[in-house]
Amino acid sequence: MTLMPSSLMRAAALALILSGASHAVRAADEGITVYNAQHESLTKAWADGFTKETGIKVTIRKGGDTELANQIVQEGAASPADVFVTENSPAMVLVEKAGLFATLPKDVLAQVPANFQPSSGRWVGVAARSTVFVYDTRKLKEADLPKSLLDLADAKWKGHWAASPSGADFQAIVGALLELKGEKVTAEWLKAMKANSTAYRGNSVAMKAVNAGEVDGAVIYHYYYFGDQAKTGENSGNVRLHYFRNGDPGAFLSTSGAGVLASSKHKEQAEAFVKWMAGKHGQAVLRDGDSFEYAIANGAESNPKLEPIAQLQAPKVEPSKLDSKKVSELMTAAGLL
Amino acid sequence: MTLQAQPLRAYPVLATQPLPLRRVRQLAAKSLFGLAALVSLVTLLPLGFILWITLQTGWETASALIFRARVGELLVNTALLEVLTLPPCIVLAVALAWLTERSDVPGARFWSWLAVAPLAIPAFVQSYAWIGVAPGMHGLFAAVFVSVLAYLPFLYLPVAAQLRRLDPAMEDAAASLGLDPWRVFLRVVLPQLRIALCGGSLLIGLHLLAEYGLYAMIRFDTFTTAIVDQFQSSYNGPAANMLAGVLVLSCLGLLGLEVLIRGDARYARVGSGAPRPASRRRLGRARGVSMLLPLALSGLALGVPAYALGRWLIAGGSEIWQARELASAFGETLLYAAGGALATTLVAIPMAWLSVRAPGRLQRVLEGCHYYVGALPGVVVALALVTITVRIALPLYQTVATVLLAYGLMFLPRALVGLRAGIAQVPVELERAAIALGRRPAGAIFSVTMRLAAPGVAACMALVAMGVTTELTATLMLAPNGTRTLATEFWALTNELDYAAAAPYAALMIALSLPLTALLHAQSRRVAGQ
Repeated sequence: MTLMPSSLMRAAALALILSGASHAVRAADEGITVYNAQHESLTKAWADGFTKETGIKVTIRKGGDTELANQIVQEGAASPADVFVTENSPAMVLVEKAGLFATLPKDVLAQVPANFQPSSGRWVGVAARSTVFVYDTRKLKEADLPKSLLDLADAKWKGHWAASPSGADFQAIVGALLELKGEKVTAEWLKAMKANSTAYRGNSVAMKAVNAGEVDGAVIYHYYYFGDQAKTGENSGNVRLHYFRNGDPGAFLSTSGAGVLASSKHKEQAEAFVKWMAGKHGQAVLRDGDSFEYAIANGAESNPKLEPIAQLQAPKVEPSKLDSKKVSELMTAAGLL
Repeated sequence: MTLQAQPLRAYPVLATQPLPLRRVRQLAAKSLFGLAALVSLVTLLPLGFILWITLQTGWETASALIFRARVGELLVNTALLEVLTLPPCIVLAVALAWLTERSDVPGARFWSWLAVAPLAIPAFVQSYAWIGVAPGMHGLFAAVFVSVLAYLPFLYLPVAAQLRRLDPAMEDAAASLGLDPWRVFLRVVLPQLRIALCGGSLLIGLHLLAEYGLYAMIRFDTFTTAIVDQFQSSYNGPAANMLAGVLVLSCLGLLGLEVLIRGDARYARVGSGAPRPASRRRLGRARGVSMLLPLALSGLALGVPAYALGRWLIAGGSEIWQARELASAFGETLLYAAGGALATTLVAIPMAWLSVRAPGRLQRVLEGCHYYVGALPGVVVALALVTITVRIALPLYQTVATVLLAYGLMFLPRALVGLRAGIAQVPVELERAAIALGRRPAGAIFSVTMRLAAPGVAACMALVAMGVTTELTATLMLAPNGTRTLATEFWALTNELDYAAAAPYAALMIALSLPLTALLHAQSRRVAGQ
């Protein structure tokens, strides 16, 4: 090593310091780390409200539902995450099955009705979203609309509908279909979907395409419409929402979950954050903010602009039964992924 | 090695010193060789990872994931994209370069600047702009169209430089033997552009394979977008890894194809003196009309993004500049760019020095490793590093060091090319004199050679920094918790269709890239001796 000049050493040290610096800064101010798959604006509103009230800092890593879930599984006990927040339940199930969630305290669980949480008590629902068929009112009349999600496999819908198959939202809907109708029906439906539908990246992009007249309708969640209406309405002026109801797979109400990792080194703060989201203030963010997701905690009210949750006639699907791995396999086999 | 031995024979007295100079220099070369070998070993990580993961997956699962309709679909998409994008790029680049370098088109210098300027606009910003003015744009032809606009400078630069350097004597000879100007161009000029065309096409071809943002935005599926889709639904699952394997094969295939087509013909001129500069062809009455080509191209590649960005910036007003995320993303991007440039340049130094001072067979193999890794898409490098760090090197997981390593791997060739040129211009005698006067060899390299090569080093650091500034996929997949760069924030905002809020991020990325693009343009002229 005598040949190593001091200048080279100095340069190497500099590079190391540079790379370590920002890391050290983050480690120093502690707080909790949230792996967030929910819409960033919503989780940020939650985190900001929580930090303001408690002084606990929240660092957010963003990603997709199953991406982050698989990431947590890979990280195992070494995961830097304290809290995991998703858009849909299948990703929560994935982490729960891997045994990586801590059991939540009773007072956290008691805030939310039993149908929005697993019986294990490992995670809890914090919001919900309804499946809808958004359609172009210039192209489709009410009589033309599909009665069931399964109708979209019909050849007459070829080239007339869209979805965002690479997103966790749509994959949760497929999860519900799988749970309600079984593997055979789901695999066939997906095959028909590959032939019939146009794939967009993201629900908002799909809705925008419907609005622009590129395609007649799309399977998305309800809040994209309300969010756009509340802003400028430029991507939703020509469309309307169709609710499938009747317990159809297409009326699936998807539960957004939150849980505390068993490996968390800041368990108390992490639990406090989950409690806050499912509590009065967190649910009020859903009612008053621009997320337009359903509030689900006991006694919490949703935004009055939304279709009341009781009238959605959503099918009964146990959130802990949704199998994201199987869904991903089936969709890969159908050529959608 | 004869090069090293010569001066020793000239000054035999030095050889009797306690530690013979020759041995000192050999030691220096050896230790640098060791370092370069180490770097090469690291460059093999992504490839090794693909092989390892394929073995782990098992042939049955692997073949089920590789030989399926979706992969065929992606293969066709990717092949069509290459086949349809490269020819128009070549034709346009040659026409444009000829106009700006060899014709008397009005404002040739100005047009040559504008032809390079699209480099400052990240490809995904280019497609964001086009989506803004033509919202329905999607599919193969949209992909080809935007790709041509975004990547044309990669061909224009080398072709223009080569045209400037050509010795007109050959063309004169051909003309005096009776060929008309058109034939002279086809049979004398064009063949001499072969290396520039091959190199530029390869660069574009690799970018077409690696780009994510551009194609995701205009809804055209390639291997890279499919890998990211898979990553987003199953993290580093076997399906993503197998797609990455096919993508790597495609990249290596392109590299091989380029070597085949490039051939090994001789293009150098011999004889005393320098070639006189070629005269510019008078366009006569076509002089005005000929401006239409550069005008139309700049209008499409620069005018449309400027219009779209400008519109959103105005629509967003001053509000969109006030988000505190903007300032922090800007700062973080600068830090990453500086760190990436520094780290990449440091690890490129041993090989750059060796390739100039001690070339050899083994050295060439190691140098090949340095280059091949730059051809790998960011998504493959990131996938490899994610898996390796999470499974084996957990302390490095989600650290800035891993992100910098990814940048280092992806941008190694950029650093190497600039460094090598810089070092080659430093007389070896100065380095030797420093050693003879008592400097340790590595010290001499750093205090003499590297200091004199500083302009080249600065240029290559700028190139790397520019790459880092607009890097999206690897940053998305590897960055530590809470990291937000201009590119990732821009991407997040456009995904929520908040185009106005995304505009300042795009504007800042362009602003950071502009000076570097100017530098590149200036340097390409310097290489040509003007």
